[in-house]
Amino acid sequence: MQELGYLKETPSQTAGPYVHIGLTPNFCDVTGVYDSDLGTQMVNDKTLGDRITVSGRIFDGAGALVRDAVIEIWQADSAGLYNSPSEMRGAADPNFTGWSRCPTRAEDGVYSFETIKPGKVPFKDGRKMAPHITFWIVARGINIGLHTRMYFPEEQDANAADPILARIEHRERVATLIAARDGAKLSFDIYLQGPKETVFLDI
Amino acid sequence: MSDLPNRKPETGAFFARDRAWHPPAYAPGYKTSLLRSPQRALLSLDGTISEITGPVFGHSMIGEMDNDLIHNFARPGESAIGERIIIHGRVLDERGRPQAGVLVEFWQANAGGRYRHKKETYLAAIDPNFGGCGRFVTDEEGRYFFRTVRPGAYPWPNGVNDWRPAHIHFSIFGHGFSQRLITQMYFEGDPMIWKCPIVGTISDKAAIEQLIAPLDWGNTIPMDSRAYKFDIVLRGRRSTMFENKPEGN
Repeated sequence: MQELGYLKETPSQTAGPYVHIGLTPNFCDVTGVYDSDLGTQMVNDKTLGDRITVSGRIFDGAGALVRDAVIEIWQADSAGLYNSPSEMRGAADPNFTGWSRCPTRAEDGVYSFETIKPGKVPFKDGRKMAPHITFWIVARGINIGLHTRMYFPEEQDANAADPILARIEHRERVATLIAARDGAKLSFDIYLQGPKETVFLDI
Repeated sequence: MSDLPNRKPETGAFFARDRAWHPPAYAPGYKTSLLRSPQRALLSLDGTISEITGPVFGHSMIGEMDNDLIHNFARPGESAIGERIIIHGRVLDERGRPQAGVLVEFWQANAGGRYRHKKETYLAAIDPNFGGCGRFVTDEEGRYFFRTVRPGAYPWPNGVNDWRPAHIHFSIFGHGFSQRLITQMYFEGDPMIWKCPIVGTISDKAAIEQLIAPLDWGNTIPMDSRAYKFDIVLRGRRSTMFENKPEGN
């Protein structure tokens, strides 16, 4: 028989307690190497779409704040296009990167992103996925980065039709992926473990 | 944001992750993982456009000193203390295809095993000329390289007497967000690798070996720096055979 010849993915290791040195050095006072930390700004004054702030905290299984995590988000622009070479449906808003990175603060464990509300994007079969923001979380004690999604509470119909949310067997857990909204402020807390554990994705 | 080489972008979903090859979320030998590990099953799904796409960073964002940790934090005319080494390798995917134009970031302790971080309390000395971070965007063949000092081993509070072997942290982007990976590189011949609870979160010895960079004598620069070679493999992409394209590939 022939060999498939595929390689194995490099195994993950925890980002560790000093992840900021590598990903957000200015945030941890390693200054002068990079002008600014990568991904601190995803919008500018020309970015199209509704401005929102997405913030929240991460809790461990004992309910304690995770104050040393780094979160990255990835999302479509307001028209539902990704700023990526693999986006074949059209050109995304050039004033929107779609990607951002933010540490949780040591003082209060809060992360915060200034962004815009993404448009709907298609699922493989052509159905629309409800507007969502992809989250990726790394920290000391997390052995492999955690993927999840944030959805919008005002999109009840779209959320009800979302093919990913539809796959969640225990329906009460759907709520763990839906942010709370107060005007332009969205609040999205993430629970790594416990009764309110966020739904994480193997995707 | 992007200045990828002029080739047709790939749009296939990624191979399913072999979770048995990676460390599990819950690894009792690494105490911090106990309360930071999801206990519910992950929701397993084939990738959608939200994961097939991902941010791409241009070579233009990289500064001239970004891959020289010996000098990128040092005062003018000075350099970091320690054994001078070069780390180089390629970023490939599981199909063996070079991953061009992907951002690789790295960070590490100084030669004494001390990180420049406010939470760090180890008594080894700070090196005033060492920051500990660098980055590179891979070339057409997926290659990256950087110069640094060999990091020291250091103790950490886990067991009574646990030490981290010398290691360098890597953060790698692919072209799709679900290729996103953070890992650590170890050095050939270090006996401490096999005593480390964080290394030990990985159960398969062959997977651990994949994180150990061999000494690359051929690329060692005489009278200057030793070289270590560390190749990184990201998830492979499915070819888009018959998917949304009745006419085929």
